[in-house]
Amino acid sequence: MSYVLIVGAKSDIAKEVARTYAKNGYNLYLAARNVTSLEDLAIDIRTRSGVEVHLKELDITEYEIHQDFYDSLEERPLGVVTVSGYMAEQKEAQVEWAKSLNTINVNYTGTVSFLNIVANDFEKERRGFIVGVSSVAGDRGRKANYIYGSAKAGFSAYLGGLRNRLYESGVQVLTVKPGFVNTAMTKELDLPEKLIAQPLEVAEDIFKAQQNGGNVLYTKWIWRYIMFIISHIPEFIFKKMSI
Amino acid sequence: MKLNSWGMYPKVDSMTHELSDDTKLKEYLESCDECISYGNGRSYGDSALSANIVHTKPHDFFLDFDDAKGLLHVQSGVLLSEILESYVPRGWFLMVTPGTKLITVGGSIASDVHGKNHHTEGCFSSCVLEFNMMLEDGSVKNVKSGTELFKATCGGMGLTGIILDAKIQLKKIHSQYIKQTTIKTKNLRETFRAFDKYKDEPYSVAWIDCLAKGDDIGKCLLMVGDFDTKGDLDYKPKSKLNIPFNFPSFALNNLSVKAFNWLYYAKAPNGESKQRVGIDSFFYPLDSIKNWNRIYGKGGFTQYQFILPLEVSYDGLQEILGLISASGKGSFLAVLKLYGKKNDNYLSFPIEGYSLALDFKIEKGLFELLDQLDEVVVRLGGRIYLTKDVRVSKDTFESGYEDIEKFRAYRKKQKMDTKFHSLQSKRVQI
Ligand SMILES: Cc1cc2nc3c(=O)[nH]c(=O)nc-3n(C[C@H](O)[C@H](O)[C@H](O)COP(=O)(O)OP(=O)(O)OC[C@H]3O[C@@H](n4cnc5c(N)ncnc54)[C@H](O)[C@@H]3O)c2cc1C
Ligand SMILES: NC(=O)c1ccc[n+]([C@@H]2O[C@H](COP(=O)([O-])OP(=O)(O)OC[C@H]3O[C@@H](n4cnc5c(N)ncnc54)[C@H](OP(=O)(O)O)[C@@H]3O)[C@@H](O)[C@H]2O)c1
Repeated sequence: MSYVLIVGAKSDIAKEVARTYAKNGYNLYLAARNVTSLEDLAIDIRTRSGVEVHLKELDITEYEIHQDFYDSLEERPLGVVTVSGYMAEQKEAQVEWAKSLNTINVNYTGTVSFLNIVANDFEKERRGFIVGVSSVAGDRGRKANYIYGSAKAGFSAYLGGLRNRLYESGVQVLTVKPGFVNTAMTKELDLPEKLIAQPLEVAEDIFKAQQNGGNVLYTKWIWRYIMFIISHIPEFIFKKMSI
Repeated sequence: MKLNSWGMYPKVDSMTHELSDDTKLKEYLESCDECISYGNGRSYGDSALSANIVHTKPHDFFLDFDDAKGLLHVQSGVLLSEILESYVPRGWFLMVTPGTKLITVGGSIASDVHGKNHHTEGCFSSCVLEFNMMLEDGSVKNVKSGTELFKATCGGMGLTGIILDAKIQLKKIHSQYIKQTTIKTKNLRETFRAFDKYKDEPYSVAWIDCLAKGDDIGKCLLMVGDFDTKGDLDYKPKSKLNIPFNFPSFALNNLSVKAFNWLYYAKAPNGESKQRVGIDSFFYPLDSIKNWNRIYGKGGFTQYQFILPLEVSYDGLQEILGLISASGKGSFLAVLKLYGKKNDNYLSFPIEGYSLALDFKIEKGLFELLDQLDEVVVRLGGRIYLTKDVRVSKDTFESGYEDIEKFRAYRKKQKMDTKFHSLQSKRVQI
């Protein structure tokens, strides 16, 4: 059976995405920094689903090695899901350049570098799917997290363009825009309970949307409407707001 | 955060520690005065509630499976539903499963749950070979079946420590279908006869009409069956219906309960009939409606489950069903079952006899009615199931569990009695 490559496999969302693909019979490459801590997850998934799971060391910001990494995979994946992301505290990112830069590099530059390679290969093969986990934060810049948001905005635009380009070759590109998800990233934040999705829900939404040939997924679905409203607030009002 | 269990009553302000690894759990136990494990919150009352809880569900890795023996090693937060998803297609099923698959392995052990096959297979503990648990002092103990700590922990409602992982035995099946016989009875006498007639069937349970009066008291649908030997194993859990919000409290009045019970009963053909049904509809009919607990409204509900010794079951049930039907406080669900022999665990619920479980919406006058039912249960030497309970008194609880003093003494001797407390354990002073 085909392989799916999951980048940023240590994330809570990725863990459930991996389990969901495995449950449906896909073999997995799990890529992350310091993959040794993923040994237990690999055993978990093999035990649950009886599929092949390989761990692969990858730092998404080390652009130089992306091509070699991709070429070294035993078997070309049928699909790639990028889940890696980084959200620095906005107040810190706006005064510490290193944090701003890492936010941009993890969420945008690094992922672009990597997906360019994947896209070129898939285009040639005329098959495959690419799922990029972006964020609703990219739909409009807000003072609370616009550095992260702008990197995700760039990534969403990139995925939109890629979808347009790869349409002809039959390669699917799915943009995923989660709202709030209960993960390590949001642990410290005080969020409205009703709007928070569990990683498993997000993973199931992603799998379903990908299998059904979806384009842009908001998860929970309500975020499509929330972001529609937020995007349509006139700028002269929006700039005075704190949301 | 406000936390509750399945009955949505009570709702308690709670701080949560998400169980990930042993080191963090140990540190947490050092820093906290009092806490209790919380699995998937499918107990109905306050067994898993406290000001501080250790949420064990995120501790959900599968660790190993021995294909030849059907021996599965999982962390305690794994849900039974996850085990079924992985292993039914490979021809394995749980040896013991309760009426919901949405519970954790830890919760299954702590309540020593049982299912439709209690009379043939006993409680969940009979499929547990060993488990690891963390004690109050942060040490991890390997606990083997048959030891005293095993007997105290299975059914011990999380009061001896936190179960971390367990090895459980699965059973071989050849089909995902169950050959079921449904028997429609007209009164309690017929119901008892039917249970007796079918006692060799591995699975049995009855849905009973609690609103029936006079001669009709005890009329039921008894469902018995066993796995088919033919068929496929292509098990795919069904998608669920959802109840998206709490029903307004008037929705579930006496009339609607009556209508529901009647529909269910009337639908079945008279006498005996045969069906072939899937795992989900045979074992987990309620799981197909997500959040069905919301139909009782915001105020919540409770389940009253008691068991009576076999010799007094018939008279006791007549009396209790009479009291319930006279009170007019009906139940959406009333489940009757004949249980097999009791096991050695100190606080496991099952004894040999008949058990009835029924739901009540929390409302004025309810607890008085339940106190009245308690009196009958106590008088007849029966007991109340802790994992369903939210209100029983210390005296009523104690009178039913003859090993409670052994449990208390063991906990004290092992210095297990300072840290792990639930609202329930404080109420009944375990
Ligand atoms: C629809 C429905 C049908 C049911 N049918 C049955 C049935 O047929 N038979 C039956 O026996 N029960 C039945 N139950 C009750 C249910 O099986 C038990 O309450 C079970 O214990 C719930 O497991 P949980 O994981 O949700 O645990 P919780 O409800 O979260 O906790 C239950 C108890 O287990 C303890 N606990 C949980 N995890 C651990 C751990 N890791 N270590 C130590 N202690 C722990 C808690 O402290 C608490 O005392 C049913 C419940 C529902 C909602
Ligand atoms: N949680 C939310 O509410 C939410 C909302 C919208 C979108 N998202 C997006 O969802 C995705 C998953 O996030 P999450 O919520 O699951 O949080 P998370 O657990 O913090 O996951 C982020 C993952 O990205 C990895 N990562 C960071 N820098 C990396 C790098 N240089 N190279 C490779 N991997 C790197 C991290 O790995 P390390 O462990 O090695 O650091 C971590 O596993 C992210 O893209 C996030 O932006 C989350």
